[in-house]
Amino acid sequence: MLMGLYNYWVVVVLMMVGFYIVIAHGNLIKKIVGLIIFQTSVFIFYISMAKVDGGTAPILAEGIKLYSNPLPHVLILTAIVVGIATTALALALAVRIKEAYGSIEEEEIQKKDNQDC
Amino acid sequence: MLAHLPILQVIVPLMAAPLCLFLTRPRLVWLFTLIASGLAFLISCILLQQVMTTGTVIYELGGWDAPWGIEYRIDQLSAFLLLIISAISTVVLFAAHTSIRQEIPADRHTLFYVLYLLCLAGMLGIVATGDAFNVFVFLEISSLSTYALIALGKDRRALWASYQYLIMGTIGATFILIGIGLMYQMTGTLNMDDLSRRLPEVAQTRTVFTAFAFVIVGICLKLAMFPLHLWLPNAYAYAPSIVTAFLAATATKVAIYLLIRFTFSVFGLSFSFTHLPLQILFLVLGLLGIFVASTAAIYQTNIKHLFAYSSIAQIGYMIVGFSVSTVAGLTATLLHLFNHALMKGALFLALGAVMYRIGSVQLNHFQGLGRQMPLTMAAIVIGGLSLIGVPLTVGFVSKWYLVLAVIENGWWPVAVLILLGSLLAIVYVWRIVEIAYFKPALAGTETIKEAPLSFLIPVWILVLANIYFGVDTRLSVQVAQAASQSLFGLSP
Repeated sequence: MLMGLYNYWVVVVLMMVGFYIVIAHGNLIKKIVGLIIFQTSVFIFYISMAKVDGGTAPILAEGIKLYSNPLPHVLILTAIVVGIATTALALALAVRIKEAYGSIEEEEIQKKDNQDC
Repeated sequence: MLAHLPILQVIVPLMAAPLCLFLTRPRLVWLFTLIASGLAFLISCILLQQVMTTGTVIYELGGWDAPWGIEYRIDQLSAFLLLIISAISTVVLFAAHTSIRQEIPADRHTLFYVLYLLCLAGMLGIVATGDAFNVFVFLEISSLSTYALIALGKDRRALWASYQYLIMGTIGATFILIGIGLMYQMTGTLNMDDLSRRLPEVAQTRTVFTAFAFVIVGICLKLAMFPLHLWLPNAYAYAPSIVTAFLAATATKVAIYLLIRFTFSVFGLSFSFTHLPLQILFLVLGLLGIFVASTAAIYQTNIKHLFAYSSIAQIGYMIVGFSVSTVAGLTATLLHLFNHALMKGALFLALGAVMYRIGSVQLNHFQGLGRQMPLTMAAIVIGGLSLIGVPLTVGFVSKWYLVLAVIENGWWPVAVLILLGSLLAIVYVWRIVEIAYFKPALAGTETIKEAPLSFLIPVWILVLANIYFGVDTRLSVQVAQAASQSLFGLSP
């Protein structure tokens, strides 16, 4: 149970760690790091479920009958690209926020916003 | 050519987006974007007509058969949504050139149109596709461009709003991705039609329940359903006016579409509503959303904030209709979806005109605007009346259908609460009317003129649509009814 589902335990732990960082930390960069960990756990989840017991890499070769499922790999390639785009955009926003507010701490930004109102 | 319409619907704006970069003159880019969006509108009209006469249109991408290849599946619901999105986008674009000259630095104009088209393509893609993973990809295309569009706002708070939306939106989208992964694990397919046939076999497993929970929570984040609405008010308030008008009228509608698609088509009615307490949950959250958001709207001093909260309340009405889970309830939801797009499109575009003339949408700056910008303010008043649900406006039609659907189910108290919610709408609309018409103009504002025609024409197109579809409900009711009947598996 524990070892058989090893990959999935890793997925759940990473997912919760990432999610917790996003919620709990006030630093914008740390939030982004949390988001990346959260997304990465999903990538591992997809790749783990593609594994077929005893199957090899999905490359056609003679004498091999059993292959792992290649579709989730392809899906996750797309998701990784999306993840990179999200991270890049988030970091760019963090840079702009630093320029505009002089801080990347959530509390200070909120305080400055409240003064503006 | 006609056979390829489903893909052209998405491809036209998607390909037009990078082409914008080759055009150098701002006016040319604007015209090009307008043509691309107009083409999308034209295609959606033909598609709707096709679907209404011959039934669901299926298009296989690259000629690969359905469960292996990606298919685009346009049924009544999709065609209806495609029409709403592309129509609003085209009307809003008329005012774009004038509006962004004031709100966005000149060197970013081309990029604005690129993002706008990408966002449009993403939303149309979500609605057109019949493949669950494809939904995620298009969702991210539209979301990423939305974050960037919001960050274009003049105020530095736009950056902060965009960042917050990015964090919440990405969590939502990743939840949907997890849900889709779990579904794939259980069924080995990503095609929605195929999923709907294979899921019942494994419906009692915990994995499928988990998948359902992840997908629904993810969609509700995107939907800004109370209490997951926290990103919405600031995102709408600080984005450029055109962006707000476009997003408020379309983005949450697409999320509602996804909610309906996944609960009704993919998981199926019996799974969604009998195995889980979804009905009571959505009913309570919908009603709470109506009251909390409407009350919050009353206390806003920024009109864009005010209407953003009102949007959350209107989403509450759609959720209530959804929770009734009868043909009549779903019809009411779809009608309100269409009508709310018209109302909020008109209102936020009119606010864009106010922003253009006085550079602010603070409530106290509206003093005397009733005389200085009579046509714009009249548009806001009619839009407001429609929000309240006064007869002869579209708001009345959808609330009428909603109340009927609720009463048909025997939920009298809910019907009363819906009407009470409308009273709150009277309060916040009246605040604007009072300030604009009954307060003397501020000193030094005598020079304010009526908004330019490039604003007035699209605003009044939407306002007249508000009245037209409030009187002649044939088109909207017929399509909404056909769509909800087909979702319940009844032939229209």
